[in-house]
Amino acid sequence: MIYLDLFLGFLKVGCFAFGGAYGAIPLIRDVVMSYGWLSDEMLTYMIAVSESTPGPIMVNLATYIGSSQAGFLGAVIATLAVVLPSFLIILLVTALLKTALKNKYVQAVLRGLKPCVIGIVLATGIYMVFGNCFGAISAIQINLQAIILTAILVASMFGYRHFAKKKLSPILLIVLSAIAGMAVYGI
Amino acid sequence: MNILLDLFLTFAKIGLFTFGGGYAMISMIENNCVERKQWITHDEMMNVTVIAESTPGPIAINCATFTGYKKAGFVGALAATLGIIVPSFVVICLISMFLDNFLALTIIANAFKGIKIAVGILILDAAFTMIKKMHKKKLPRAIMICSAIVMLCINIFAWNFSSISLMLIAAVVSLTIFVLNGAPDQKGGAKK
Repeated sequence: MIYLDLFLGFLKVGCFAFGGAYGAIPLIRDVVMSYGWLSDEMLTYMIAVSESTPGPIMVNLATYIGSSQAGFLGAVIATLAVVLPSFLIILLVTALLKTALKNKYVQAVLRGLKPCVIGIVLATGIYMVFGNCFGAISAIQINLQAIILTAILVASMFGYRHFAKKKLSPILLIVLSAIAGMAVYGI
Repeated sequence: MNILLDLFLTFAKIGLFTFGGGYAMISMIENNCVERKQWITHDEMMNVTVIAESTPGPIAINCATFTGYKKAGFVGALAATLGIIVPSFVVICLISMFLDNFLALTIIANAFKGIKIAVGILILDAAFTMIKKMHKKKLPRAIMICSAIVMLCINIFAWNFSSISLMLIAAVVSLTIFVLNGAPDQKGGAKK
């Protein structure tokens, strides 16, 4: 049943999403792909939209995917499911287990989890950038337009960081990429 | 004003006006809850941020739940958390009704092809930022590199293995090594 799947899928995401929104994206991809809810393409679009609309990215993605799979009720269920674990954990930690997180065994577990999340995010990033430029490993093809776009975006990101001495905001990069996309693919 | 309504509205405002998720929200929450409303102290705010780093889920939700609970117990936590969620929920519901029609337009489809590339770059960039902040020790590095390699294989060869199982293995490995070392008392671990 789709409502139950949405609830369980996003509950899993909520339980394991360490490291903020970017840590959650690989998990959400995992869940979405394993249930076959969306194509990789569509999910990437949704990530971009979630990134450019207000609010926590994870919540936005859950609402989005829930709504695309099962309308309004699906959106409500997915959103509540993604939030529920952190809500309960914070209540537990602040109300009862004030020292639980300082426990050395808990810390040892967290020391394993955090670098693993970083590795997962790194692999997902590499896979996506490589996939955009060269397609699947089994059928490599050179997507010239995508390579040009990647070069433009990376150059403007580092250029901005170098001259403005601060990071280019993700929203600006997305707007820039939309304009560059219209230009490069429109010609 | 009723404290519950106040909590809900304040967090709804924060939810509606912060773009880019987590860390952008922390400064908004600090500004509203610590400086203006004085619901929690600056130290408490710092503590929640550390807790948020060590617990799963959106950081903004963690902060909202904590502040709400401090001010008005369980119901307060509920009001604040709903406050953060409702605005983005409404915005996304509206957008999701139109996205498919939008994508049918060639020019929008082209824009999204560009956006797809930006998303990949953003994720890779986030990974590099996290690596820079990571503990410069052998074990975390080894776990990070092994996880990255396994995750790449999962993606490339479509292995039927979830990233959650990978995280559980990393946790068990780290805990086992810790116990085998005689569970020494050490500080840190939750550092950014």
